Amino acid sequence: MTKPILELNDIHTNVTTADGQSIEILKGLNLKINSGDFITVIGTNGAGKSTLFNTIAGTLKPNSGSISHLGNDITKLSEEKRSKFIARVFQDPKLGTAPRMTVVENMLLATKRGEHRFLIPRKLKQNLPYFEELAKSMNNGLENRLTTFVSNLSGGQRQALSFLMATLKRPDILLLDEHTAALDPHTSQNLLAATDERIQKDNLTALMITHHMEDALKYGNRLLVLKSGQVVADYKEEEKKKLHLEDLYNFFED
Amino acid sequence: MNLIVSSIGQGLLWALLGLGLYLTFRILNFADMTVEGTFPLGAAVAVTAISRGVDPYIATFLALLAGMTAGLVTGLLYTKGKIPVLLAGILTMTGIYSVNLRIMGKSNISLLGKKTIFSNTFLESLPQYFDSIVVGIIVIAIITILLIFFLNTDYGQGFIATGDNPTMARSIGIHTDSMVIVGLMVSNGLVAVCGSLIAQSNGYADINMGIGTIVIALASIIIGEVVFGELSLNQRLVAITLGSIIYRLILLAVLQLGFSTNDLNLISSIVLAICMMIPQLENMFHLKKTFVKGGRAND
Repeated sequence: MTKPILELNDIHTNVTTADGQSIEILKGLNLKINSGDFITVIGTNGAGKSTLFNTIAGTLKPNSGSISHLGNDITKLSEEKRSKFIARVFQDPKLGTAPRMTVVENMLLATKRGEHRFLIPRKLKQNLPYFEELAKSMNNGLENRLTTFVSNLSGGQRQALSFLMATLKRPDILLLDEHTAALDPHTSQNLLAATDERIQKDNLTALMITHHMEDALKYGNRLLVLKSGQVVADYKEEEKKKLHLEDLYNFFED
Repeated sequence: MNLIVSSIGQGLLWALLGLGLYLTFRILNFADMTVEGTFPLGAAVAVTAISRGVDPYIATFLALLAGMTAGLVTGLLYTKGKIPVLLAGILTMTGIYSVNLRIMGKSNISLLGKKTIFSNTFLESLPQYFDSIVVGIIVIAIITILLIFFLNTDYGQGFIATGDNPTMARSIGIHTDSMVIVGLMVSNGLVAVCGSLIAQSNGYADINMGIGTIVIALASIIIGEVVFGELSLNQRLVAITLGSIIYRLILLAVLQLGFSTNDLNLISSIVLAICMMIPQLENMFHLKKTFVKGGRAND
């Protein structure tokens, strides 16, 4: 039996609110993620979806519980070190890219995700054809704006770039934090389709938070429902295929 | 004519201050007050060392190390101590004042009759004030080339990303805390070297010579941006030196109008305030947009 790619055991995580209060958001969460899982994650606001991602990525440290990656305990590992095997696309297009750097400069940064960076000249020119090809795969004209400052891109292009940056060096785990929520419906569907294609093609392990129940059903082979900081439902493969929208809406009542 | 030559020489020597501050102010995106302390620190260290018989080049190198140490202190206060960066800089700057007095033992040391890096048969054979120009060009050229090289390495790109978007930088494995510390060390190291050069050029170090240095540094950076508009990163580094020279010429013009040297700090602040208000004034009077702050047009 191979070890799960990521395992969370009895995780309790607190979040500090704007007025300085510390509130427990994750309350004994357990989760095993196997290689090749494409998990959609749903839940009400405050259920702990983003806190779960922050805990996995290492932005937040849990108060108790343990996290392991392929059997190795990574609970105390910093966010920077975890980036070696975890990549993330944020909800806000502004969070995932460097605005005063060009598209290709951003991509070049991402080729070194989780690696040491040395005082050796960057290799921008050599990578241009590769970056252009990647940009074309997003079908949104990004390939024509390779030397544009990212601050001048549209939200859709900027988010497509974030997605490329998270996947161009294959991560063990890809975290998609409502990565299409800030986009218009058409752009959002385009990016979701590109996301799905990429995950299938590279056989990536991914978690995707979404507030669209249709998308939660349509994509992935596993579906998690979070409520009050715990996993209250976990549907896999055939179980997930049998789900209907009503089944999901029921979780949001009361 | 002599006054113009002297202003250009001063502009070149002082440009190092702008280059140092650029790393923190424009790239890491914060105002580092430490420089008000590291500038006289560099002067104090170099002048004290020279007056005790140390070789001027070694003395200048000691100034560099002292400045880097000051940057390290601010960096640790900010990243590890979680003190807001502005306050961290002010704390270090305030502390350095006492350190400078300890180093010098009094508030003013003269270099009269001592060898400095300007005491060189070639430099002494030049017409008056040309020694500053030659030393300035050499130092600025070396530092500008090193900075361009640094910023175009994998490490340097991570440094730029840290200032641009720390959340994203951490998520791709850039140690933003170490980047900030390194940035502060290099920046303050350069500022201290600038202080040591100015002291050697003037022939003395004074405990109060740091007052207003951050304004002078910002003026070089911002005049460069206002005059030369949108530039690439490499070009922007060169624009700082030109901005520094223009700033000195503005001061010269103002002094020619009959103002006294006692008014210089007030004038510096007014010049900088006007330059920083230009985008606002352009909006107010619907003028053509000529100024883009650090290339952040749509941010």
